[in-house]
Amino acid sequence: MSTIQDTVRGYLRSNDSAVKGDKNVGETERLISAAAGTLLLKLGLHHRGLSGLAGIGLGAALIKRGYSGQCDLYQYLGVSATQPASPKSYFDHGIHVKSAVTVDKPADELYAFWRKFENLPRFMGHLKSVTVLDDKTSRWVANGPMNSDVQWTAEIINDVPGELIAWRSLAGAQVDNAGSVRFLAAPGGRGTEVRVNLDYIPPGRSVGKWVAKLFGEEPSQQIHQDLRKFKQLMETGVVATINGQSKGSKLD
Amino acid sequence: MKALCWNAKNDVRVETVPDPKILNPRDAILKITTTAICGSDLHLLDGYIPTMKPGDILGHEFMGEVVELGSEVKNLAKGDRVVVPFNIACGNCWYCKKKLWSCCDNSNPSPDLAETLYGGPPSALFGYSHMFGGYAGGQAQYVRVPFADVGPIKVPDGLPDEKVIFLTDIFPTGYMAVENCNVQKGDTIAIWGAGPVGQFAARSAFLLGAEQVVVMDDVPERLQLARDAGATTVDISQEYVHDKLMDLTAGRGPDGCVDCVGLEAHGATLDHWYDMAKVKIGLATDRTHALRQTINSVRKGGTVSIPGVYGGFLDKFPLGAAFAKGVTFKMGQTHTHNYLKPLLDRVQNGEIDPSFVITHTLPLDQAPHGYEIFRAKKDNCIKIVLKPD
Repeated sequence: MSTIQDTVRGYLRSNDSAVKGDKNVGETERLISAAAGTLLLKLGLHHRGLSGLAGIGLGAALIKRGYSGQCDLYQYLGVSATQPASPKSYFDHGIHVKSAVTVDKPADELYAFWRKFENLPRFMGHLKSVTVLDDKTSRWVANGPMNSDVQWTAEIINDVPGELIAWRSLAGAQVDNAGSVRFLAAPGGRGTEVRVNLDYIPPGRSVGKWVAKLFGEEPSQQIHQDLRKFKQLMETGVVATINGQSKGSKLD
Repeated sequence: MKALCWNAKNDVRVETVPDPKILNPRDAILKITTTAICGSDLHLLDGYIPTMKPGDILGHEFMGEVVELGSEVKNLAKGDRVVVPFNIACGNCWYCKKKLWSCCDNSNPSPDLAETLYGGPPSALFGYSHMFGGYAGGQAQYVRVPFADVGPIKVPDGLPDEKVIFLTDIFPTGYMAVENCNVQKGDTIAIWGAGPVGQFAARSAFLLGAEQVVVMDDVPERLQLARDAGATTVDISQEYVHDKLMDLTAGRGPDGCVDCVGLEAHGATLDHWYDMAKVKIGLATDRTHALRQTINSVRKGGTVSIPGVYGGFLDKFPLGAAFAKGVTFKMGQTHTHNYLKPLLDRVQNGEIDPSFVITHTLPLDQAPHGYEIFRAKKDNCIKIVLKPD
């Protein structure tokens, strides 16, 4: 397990350049920052008292953030939207989850299905779609809280046919994430052990962990359920379901 | 269609619900011709099984005619008359390949609770709570059968429903429970509970070559039905079970003891009232009087086989006695799929006519009344079959 994680993290480390003075806010976010800052500044100027003053202060800070592309808070948190998330961010603010399942099919078959990223939404409950852009990169759309979409572009950073796939999100991801899946022969003809590791940084960083829990999203449970569906799909060709079955009127 | 819905503890009703649809390419839809109420359905009525939801359709013993097929079901055709095992198995996972169908990895769409409670989720069941998949059951006019290419067995037109319906559950369940005792020449098989499963266990014990079969209960008509099969019976309200069994085996004890009672045991002894009190105040979940007696009575090195349903935690479980005597335990939901063909053959050969156990045939509309008389053992009720039309 550690070897894959080390590979991923090592790769991330080599790209770590979220250092002081660099721009660390993405283009879209800069525009929004500047616009929101202008609005707050206007409102602040029309209000007397403490709230007006606060509006002016925050508005000015947002305009500066939009204009310069630098965010002091992001700086403090070690966040950059123009570079892939740094290893330090993953270590300091990320959530690490892992899960494993044994599937009674050969590794090659399982690898081939997973490697076609378009297939992932068939068993990953939170994914809406994955569109492959080229050999390395793909566009992922997931369900966010309160019916919102969360999107990012991912690139493959390690790919050994029949054995492993590792990926990470690129700069500007709404949720920075990196993951790997390994396919290993299970003992005594029991099929293939499928082992998944995921690292992600929820929006709002460490605060986000609490928010995510508040919304009832339990990442380790989620990946466990996804792997179970993967197993069902691979072994039986279908995902077991009761959605849409007959029921009495008292059932919700 | 009409279906028997569970709405709350002690509240089952026949309601009009939407017809079932094909949801997966390996599904089939059956028009049900005969269905039955199982003793284990009474645990649902009594509220002993968690994760029931209002509106759930009950029933896991049913047969009928194929009226619709998913694109992947190649072994059945519309119009086929089939009997369906009560557990749902995918046929592809490691467990199914080992013929441990009731351990199927893939049939349960909501295994989280079972995984947490039990450390590993068993196969899904029809109409038996969301812990076991939440699939709509067959006490209805129609039913959706998942993995229909694996479970259902075609039955010849010559055999009436009443002779084959019990292949779904209680005949294989009684049969496997005794098979688990590994019956040898001269063996005595003791069976606790003369309900439908106990009746089939008693007859299966003779089919499997037992020398002597002893059946325990306190319901006169049920004991009589067991005697009709050639069993010796013990009325637990009149006799001490252990003493009687020792007498019948000249001090050896039965070679195999079969608990066909499960978690709602009745008894006339002190430990039974102790169990009742603890369950009432929530300190225990299951009443285990019958199981204690099996352990006490079985011979050294013998087998205790448990087809009766248990759900939670046991109290005052005499593991010391089991250990001292080197008892083998066998238990679990029946691997029904293994028994459909061999037991259908036995029915066709005339070795057994499973309809012997039926005391009541009711229209589906009267299912709630059926649950009441079955639970209360009123009107000499032993087994009820329901006719949806």
